[in-house]
Amino acid sequence: MRLVGLLSAPFFWLGIAYLAALAALFVAAFWTADSFTGDVVRSWTLDNFRTLLTEDVYRTITIRTISVALLVTVVDAIIAFPMAYYMAKVASPSLQKLLVIAVLTPLWASYLVKAYAWRIMFSDGGVVDWMFGPFGLGTPGYGLAATIVTLAYLWLPFMILPIYAGLDRLPDSLLEASSDLGAKPTMTFRTVILPMAFPAVIAGSIFTFSLSLGDYIAVKIVGGTNQLLGNVVYNNIGAANNLPFAAAMATIPVVIMLIYLAVVRRTGALESL
Amino acid sequence: MTLSRPARLALLAALLLGLAAVYLPLMVVLINSFNKDATFAWPPQEFTTMWWDRAIDNEGARSAIWTSVQAGLLATVIALTLGTLAAFALQRYRFFGRDAVSLLVILPIALPGIVTGIALNNAFRTILGIDLGFITLVIAHATFCIVVVFNNVIARLRRLGGSLEEASMDLGADTFTTFRLVTFPMLRSALLAGGLLAFALSFDEIIVTTFTAGAEVQTLPIWIFNNLFRPNQAPIVNVVGSALIVLSVVPIYLAQRLSGETSGGRI
Repeated sequence: MRLVGLLSAPFFWLGIAYLAALAALFVAAFWTADSFTGDVVRSWTLDNFRTLLTEDVYRTITIRTISVALLVTVVDAIIAFPMAYYMAKVASPSLQKLLVIAVLTPLWASYLVKAYAWRIMFSDGGVVDWMFGPFGLGTPGYGLAATIVTLAYLWLPFMILPIYAGLDRLPDSLLEASSDLGAKPTMTFRTVILPMAFPAVIAGSIFTFSLSLGDYIAVKIVGGTNQLLGNVVYNNIGAANNLPFAAAMATIPVVIMLIYLAVVRRTGALESL
Repeated sequence: MTLSRPARLALLAALLLGLAAVYLPLMVVLINSFNKDATFAWPPQEFTTMWWDRAIDNEGARSAIWTSVQAGLLATVIALTLGTLAAFALQRYRFFGRDAVSLLVILPIALPGIVTGIALNNAFRTILGIDLGFITLVIAHATFCIVVVFNNVIARLRRLGGSLEEASMDLGADTFTTFRLVTFPMLRSALLAGGLLAFALSFDEIIVTTFTAGAEVQTLPIWIFNNLFRPNQAPIVNVVGSALIVLSVVPIYLAQRLSGETSGGRI
């Protein structure tokens, strides 16, 4: 009886309101919109999904989005691993605490401000131009490269923290045992550290990958005219006023994410989230 | 394994480079808020506090901040209530569908923001027939804020166990007295931490907000986004961004004071 009392309010909110909204959205993906009025026509059809699968532009955008998300994940993993390693295994306990705060603090700074900061960085005559000018390089301008840098920047803490936690759990004695048994540091890294830290890297990648898949704001700010999946969904809600097509499009990142989760499940990454 | 000196130095260099890359863009925004050149040519030639003066008088930014604060506070209160209730139900009782409920709580934040956004947009407009506005915004924000409160409270409940409450009941306190004198004081810091996270999440949110706030309501992120591409507004946006960067130190400081431990990220 008391359980019912506790659960009823949250259940009503999430179970009824939110889940029903999601279900309704999914159902709407099988309807169409009247091309003149934009009103939703409630007749069952697979047209939206057929368009998604057959038209080249949507395939290109899907592949582009997945590539961006993968690249962001790889860049983050490469940058985060040595940082997390130093934090977990080299730094003294007090420095460790300080470094965790240093990594966490930017998470509280506004998402938009950080994306905006990179817009300023990449502008003509901006900081990137100024820094790399002496080497004969300049800003790549607003485009996919800028988008990948910005997204990698935004999600970097989400990669550092799980890897740090994973390495912190890794007992030093294991590493000592490995070197006592004659393994050189590179071998210990390859055969002990990497396999044991891998689930943590995957855990971080779940964040960086899924956050990149759904993002459409950063690409609007620094991506020039490039479009990702999120932009297509956004445009179909706004300008095109075609909710059923937007709903169908929105299932793509969800399906990709479910596949990704199913693949990484076997690494045991979900337990180290 | 003791790392060789070069290896340790290489790691340190990687760490310092990484941290520099994390803080450089934030510093650039801060410095540019005093850059006299409105197009932010780098490096700045002359400095001024003119932009800060103008930003403080900016009507749009001020009302947007006020909207964001109100929405954030309301969403936080709802999330605190619902998240705590759900955490108690899941931690204290075993029942059919328990795993489904815990998944349900996480869903609004696990799915891409745009999915939650258009699902709620569709539900409000076409199913319920409510006009988008401040109320729908608060409902949407509360939905994805529940999870952070839930996570904080359930972690605390797990650590506490139920023995202290049982002791209180054995000593004759009724349920309400036990909650007031035993459970709540032990939960207080978890609730504060969860509330802080929920408010920060709401204050910064833009994607779900875009789809649920309607055209009339402007939160601070929406205001920033709308003014981002206007060259003559850029210095004002820059000042607002600088203020947000400086303010981001506050929750970190509070979180340190509250828990004495570093919380594991925003989720």
